[in-house]
Amino acid sequence: MDRELTAWALALAQALLFIAAAPLLAGWLQRVKCHMQNRDAPAVWQPYRNLAKLLRKQMLLAENASWLFRAVPYIVFGAVLLAAAVVPLFAVHLPSAAIADMIVLVAFFALARFFTALAGLDIGTAFGGMGASREMMVAALAEPAMLMAVFTLSMTASTTNLSVATAYMLQAGLVLRPSFLFALLALAMVAVAETSRVPVDNPATHLELTMLHEAMILEYGGRHLALIEWASQIKLMIYSVLIIDFFFPWGIATDFSAMALAVGVIAVTAKLMLLAVVLVVWETVLAKMRLFRVPQFLGFALMLSLLAMLTHVVLETG
Amino acid sequence: MGIAALGLYSQAIILFAALALFTSFIMLAQARMMPLIFTFAWQGLLLAVVSVLTAIASKHPELYVSAALTFTLKVVLIPWLLYRLSIKLNMQYDAEAIEHPTLLLLGGVALVIFSYFVAQSIIHLSGLATRNTIAVSIAIELLGMLLMCVRKSAVAQVIGFMSMESGIFFAAVVSTYGMPLIVELGVAFDILVAAILFGVFFFHLKDSFGSLNVGQFNRLSEANQPMPLRDAAGEPSPGDPS
Amino acid sequence: MTLTLLEVTLLVPLLGGLLLAIVGHRPIAGWINVAVGAVTFGAALAMALEVFEHGPQLSPSRMFYIDAFNVYLVVLTAFVGLTTSIFSRPYMRHEVERGRVTDRRLRLYHSMYQCFLFSMLLALSTNNLGVLWVAMELATLTTVLLVSLYRTPEAIEAAWKYFILCGVGIAQALFGTVLIYFAAESKLGGERDDTLLWTVLHGIAGGGLDPAVITLAFVFLLVGYGTKVGLVPLHNWLPDAHSEGPTPMSAVLSGLLLNVALYALVRVKMLVDASLHTNLAGHLMMGFGLLSFTVAGLFLHRQHDVKRMFSYSSIEHMGLITFGFGMGGPLATFGALLHMTVHSLTKSAIFITVGHACQLAGTQRIDQIRGLIRTQPAIGWGLLLGTVAIAGFPPFGVFISEFLLLMATMKAWPWLTIPLLVGFGVAFAGLFRHVQRMVFGEPPPGQKPVAANMLPVVVHLFLVLWLGLAIPGFLSRWFEQATVLISGASPL
Repeated sequence: MDRELTAWALALAQALLFIAAAPLLAGWLQRVKCHMQNRDAPAVWQPYRNLAKLLRKQMLLAENASWLFRAVPYIVFGAVLLAAAVVPLFAVHLPSAAIADMIVLVAFFALARFFTALAGLDIGTAFGGMGASREMMVAALAEPAMLMAVFTLSMTASTTNLSVATAYMLQAGLVLRPSFLFALLALAMVAVAETSRVPVDNPATHLELTMLHEAMILEYGGRHLALIEWASQIKLMIYSVLIIDFFFPWGIATDFSAMALAVGVIAVTAKLMLLAVVLVVWETVLAKMRLFRVPQFLGFALMLSLLAMLTHVVLETG
Repeated sequence: MGIAALGLYSQAIILFAALALFTSFIMLAQARMMPLIFTFAWQGLLLAVVSVLTAIASKHPELYVSAALTFTLKVVLIPWLLYRLSIKLNMQYDAEAIEHPTLLLLGGVALVIFSYFVAQSIIHLSGLATRNTIAVSIAIELLGMLLMCVRKSAVAQVIGFMSMESGIFFAAVVSTYGMPLIVELGVAFDILVAAILFGVFFFHLKDSFGSLNVGQFNRLSEANQPMPLRDAAGEPSPGDPS
Repeated sequence: MTLTLLEVTLLVPLLGGLLLAIVGHRPIAGWINVAVGAVTFGAALAMALEVFEHGPQLSPSRMFYIDAFNVYLVVLTAFVGLTTSIFSRPYMRHEVERGRVTDRRLRLYHSMYQCFLFSMLLALSTNNLGVLWVAMELATLTTVLLVSLYRTPEAIEAAWKYFILCGVGIAQALFGTVLIYFAAESKLGGERDDTLLWTVLHGIAGGGLDPAVITLAFVFLLVGYGTKVGLVPLHNWLPDAHSEGPTPMSAVLSGLLLNVALYALVRVKMLVDASLHTNLAGHLMMGFGLLSFTVAGLFLHRQHDVKRMFSYSSIEHMGLITFGFGMGGPLATFGALLHMTVHSLTKSAIFITVGHACQLAGTQRIDQIRGLIRTQPAIGWGLLLGTVAIAGFPPFGVFISEFLLLMATMKAWPWLTIPLLVGFGVAFAGLFRHVQRMVFGEPPPGQKPVAANMLPVVVHLFLVLWLGLAIPGFLSRWFEQATVLISGASPL
């Protein structure tokens, strides 16, 4: 009984840590990027300050905004929050893992995206509609690729449960699986597209003609904007942690001893920092591509994930 | 037998085979000439590496000959030849429009699935740990054929042709540890001669048609047969009323 | 004894090809070409007599194997190679005079002609299925530059198509060969280097090579060698290559190369039949053969180029022979073997005549070739008689072989005789519709006779006539031996 309570407490702590650490990851990313580009870097705490400032600000709503517009930030944040709660961050076999299904995770993201697009349309401005349509185009291409990649992994682990899959990868040790290589690449490309990073979108720009995600949330301010920004930071973190869990799970805690948990936290922190560096290098060497090249980019991701599935079936079984 | 149960060499063979398959897909999608040639060279390199790994893992030293042949022909000679010719014919920046890339991708995937089913019916004969790579070799061959069918540029067709040959060579390596030496040498000789002839043809094509786009071939199609005054010699016949 | 003869048969054209690569542009080169052909033919004939007396021969290195089936094709190849070289001497001189061929290309032509013969003889006599493939590919490579000899855009296009399509096709055959090796190796175990020898394979085929692998291998081999045979729908290269190259090439391509490719296919079929115990291979061959026969017959009607037309006729006959081998009984096999011979002889004779006719008229267009008999009776009658022979009129040999094939069909597949008969009729109409206007009629003004050597035509047509009137005893015994080899039973 006691042990179960500890487990639940740990699960709660993990979820809270997840949400709390997400802006930190964004700050770290920003800092590394600035160093890379020889600029003065802001402190890693800057995203927290931004969020705090936005939360304090007065809300300003468009005249024709409906209740939907006001509800969307909470829905989006809620969906991402639920998603974050089930992804194993530093320990597997937590009680929350029972609902940690990969397909559910994809569905949470789809839900968030759907409502964001609706909010973009709700105001009736040109940019909102444009952003919504572009976001949906990207989503329509990215989602199958993501599902394919995720299926490949779940076929290998014979489960769609995130926690169980991570544990499986952990105990299988280092196996040179070509399907994982392809799935990793595909997942990384999808993550880049879904979290609105270069080269699909540029989170730093407000140039109207090229923006995707920003166009939809242009009308938001104050608390609403804070929630949406925070949600997208969490989303970035979820994708990063997913990649880590699937492909580099070493170090994650499999029991609840203090030692194992400490190792888990340190390991995941180090891996996240490293992954952020890789992402920054990627963003620095690539330029944002034209909107009409995005389908090719995602088509390539789809091809990779198909190839991952095929090589899994053809080469790794039987 | 799952992959996790295999030794490291076998795992590496499977990994490199999968990467070779990946290069086949890249070639399908690559519209520009120079990257296409380089991708082809990469594929050759991967297949040569697989041959070497198979030789080590299975202790079949004669496979080193296969690997050496693949390396010499597919990584050095043929790409070099194509590269030089592309520069000489001033077409190193050429790119061709790929029609229906998505359809092409799906076609490629269908071919991989097809090769899988074909290979399923025969791999039970093989006792090798890496026998699953037979399907990959068939797929590389068929993808090479697909490349030849959908491309209009002579260079891309040649690369497709050579990629097919690579796939077959690879099939021989992974299914039977290579063909008898005399056959391998003969096949390599044929491929070399073919490559040189293709080079000669590039000049002929350029002279006659002004480009290496064979999509404009229409003089001999059945539909165009009744062409006005078509004369094989290209000169007016004595019986001409004029 | 025999082996030295075999070595002579193979080495003479190879060395001749090398020699002609140096002196091929001299006026004497035409004669050298004839001389090389004559020596090759003599050696092949002597070898054939050896085999005829002593039965199949295997060379000590086991690299070469000569039995009743391939020895007669070796002789046929050497013979048609010789007669065509006799024809090509004045023909190529005329082409040089017209300025269509330069000295360098003439040298290339002579050298490649002999190399081509070498590769076909190698393909026929080798005992190794892998070497057979290498030789078949070599035959493509040696002829591809000859198809584009005139360097016209049409010729380049034809040669490119020939190269690419045959390249793709033959690659499938290589894959099929790999699969056969795979099946045999898993049966015999690795660590031996004779697994791909035909004698070894045929020996173990009855003992059960894996049926799935063998079936798959046969499909690939059928597609591969079938492309070279010119089976519909893989025939696209054939009319182009025949119509755009120099006429002696058309004669040897049509008369010989198609035979050699079919030979390869039949050898493989023998293996497959022995290991599968079903008629799958035969049925596939029948299907493709009948399709080629019908489609090519229809295409004959809409041709405007005389060499193109006769190349469709080649597809048609190759389809018929494939059909015959596919049916597989002793009678059908005998008929198919005979048809291979008479078709080779007749078709090369026709191409030789057509070559002269085109030089005479200065064009290959059917509607501009007129009044051949009036201008030069030898050419006109040669073409007419050749067409009569190829259309299957008695008393020529083609009639006998087609009759045998029809008989066999009537016995085994009665309802298939109807498409066969219709096909004969359609092809006959297609040929005569065009040929009678070329042969008869008023010649255009100013049409002059050309220097022509009709000796090969006369010899070929005489042989075909002879085969039609009475098959000589030794030849029929020879065919019988080959039939027993292929179908396992005697037709008589």
